[in-house]
Amino acid sequence: MADVGLWVVPIAVLGGALRVSTPFLFVSLGECITERSGRINLGLEGILVMGAMCAYGTSYLTGSAWLGVLTAGAAGALLGTVHAAICGLPRVNDIAVGIALMLFGTGLAFYLGKPLIEPTASILPAIDFGWWSNVSQVRAALQINALFLIGVVLAPLLVWALNTTRWGLILRTAGESSDAARAMGYSVNAIRMRATMLGGFFGGIGGSFLSLYYPGSWNEGLSSGQGITAVALVIFARWDPMLCFWAALLFGGAASLGPALQSVGLSQGYYLFNAAPYILTLLIMIITCSPKRTLIGAPAELSITK
Amino acid sequence: MKADVRPVTQDKFGWLQAAWSERLGRAAEYVVIPALALAASLAAFGIFIALSGKDPADLYFYMYQGAFGTWFSWQNTLSRAAPVILTALCTALPAQLGLVIIGGEGALLIGALAATSAALIVPDAPPIAVQFAMAFAGMTAGGLWIALSGALQHYRGVNETISSLLLVYIALAILNHLVEGPMRDPASLNKPSTREIGAANMIGTIPGLDVHWGLVFGVVAAVLAYILIFHTVFGFAARIAGGNVRAAKVVGLGVGRLILIACFLAGAAAGLAGMVEVAAVQGRTNANLASGYGFTGILVAFLARHNPIAIIPVAILLGGINASGGLLQRRLGLPDASVLVLQGMIFLSVLASETLYGRLAIFRRGS
Repeated sequence: MADVGLWVVPIAVLGGALRVSTPFLFVSLGECITERSGRINLGLEGILVMGAMCAYGTSYLTGSAWLGVLTAGAAGALLGTVHAAICGLPRVNDIAVGIALMLFGTGLAFYLGKPLIEPTASILPAIDFGWWSNVSQVRAALQINALFLIGVVLAPLLVWALNTTRWGLILRTAGESSDAARAMGYSVNAIRMRATMLGGFFGGIGGSFLSLYYPGSWNEGLSSGQGITAVALVIFARWDPMLCFWAALLFGGAASLGPALQSVGLSQGYYLFNAAPYILTLLIMIITCSPKRTLIGAPAELSITK
Repeated sequence: MKADVRPVTQDKFGWLQAAWSERLGRAAEYVVIPALALAASLAAFGIFIALSGKDPADLYFYMYQGAFGTWFSWQNTLSRAAPVILTALCTALPAQLGLVIIGGEGALLIGALAATSAALIVPDAPPIAVQFAMAFAGMTAGGLWIALSGALQHYRGVNETISSLLLVYIALAILNHLVEGPMRDPASLNKPSTREIGAANMIGTIPGLDVHWGLVFGVVAAVLAYILIFHTVFGFAARIAGGNVRAAKVVGLGVGRLILIACFLAGAAAGLAGMVEVAAVQGRTNANLASGYGFTGILVAFLARHNPIAIIPVAILLGGINASGGLLQRRLGLPDASVLVLQGMIFLSVLASETLYGRLAIFRRGS
């Protein structure tokens, strides 16, 4: 242990941030779309787990990890549809449906995923950005997964789509004033249905990263609240996809603090460091929220900020 | 359904009859609609099981057998219902104020840790004193845990649903840290645990039953919560604030105080569930305690429409479903997660059924 200095920790945290942030990034981008349409989907935690299971199962059966990613997205979109369909009924609370979907998605994934705990499936490839360095830690940190790169492109793309396209404008209208959207002749329910499906699609893909890249296997302890942390992260990121990206990196770094310290032999308080992202989320929410005013950037129709 | 065309009754008590009939109709709605939702989800689960190649008839038979079929399964069901009544109160009490708290699992874990610590600090005291200390510590710790969510909501505007769920993960991390580190019993090799609280300090079973005293705690807590909500000024004030915060402030109610007290009592109930699990079932604290009673409690509270008295039968029903999981696993070879799937289905269909209130014509005859 003597030749491994403490300087490894920041590199491991950085590498971890690039690696662990991907599910946070996809889930928060998906949730961002859903919330901009005026509805909150707390069920993304369940969608994440379901996506992880579907991706692993598909990859195991077909040998194609990318097909697994796609299946995960489809499963997520399907669960998103369930959420949207129930919330579309009059007088149904979207937060409660989200909680139900969280339990349902997790249960369904555990049920269907029982036979997948043993076998190993092919996982997603990584691109080596650390070829210039001969330090193994740096090389390990810069092994970047293709899904992360897709996320990097996706975030500014969503900013552009939300702000300048017709589709984005309609979506935001539904989120800011359902009356205005209705007056323009759009069905608010149909808009939110599509937004929740798309959000579920991204949430599912976020889940596929967990089972197909890091940690890279399927088991029942795979996700521990990444989904719900990502929902909180959207609030912190003020419903801006680009800020979601930076926030996801921050959370990824926090989540990899425990493993990074463990890698240099500091295993004391391992579990407490694992709780870092949750504590960070809570602290950030305490600092950024206020009881006196609604948050800047919050869609006016959102039940969580009303 | 056609409009009611009966002639108006000439009887001078006709209005009373009509009022009663309407009241009964509304009460019937609260029973019939959740029952329909439950039946729909059971049917959906049957189809789901049929798709996995099992016979749904077997499923319903073993579910009934495992939950209510024999005296043994009744006792198993009631033992599981006990903590669920308490964790359901953790969601139902803040719900009166319009808060959606889903962190009962966290308060249960923290309550269990505090109760275990209390028992380990005074090992040689008389058992009754140890048990009181455990209950007090568990309820205080659980209460403070959920009051934190309430305080953050009121003073900082932090969404209480998200914060209470985050606190579940933080509670689990604290439990794992203490159980594998400072509080670990060196003799527990495979499953890191704290030291045992000692057989003398266990709370034991209700005489004549193989059901622990936790069930009595749960029922008493539910009845007290009912009285608090519907027959005290505090409960009345809480329901006003839950209906309309602005109106509550206008009439001078201290909304912050109401939130803190309701959340503290809610967390205390879940903390007591943790104490019961330690002092009646596990005998020590370890990761086994995170078995999902807190999450079942959320479902029970919603199914009972946050009415503490309704929570008791609903918790027994859900406790029965939990209890039948083992039999389904042994006889039908279903994964243990099948109970979770069914719970999820029940939850979704109960929420979807919310839309039916006031829209079923059969309940509108009296008005």
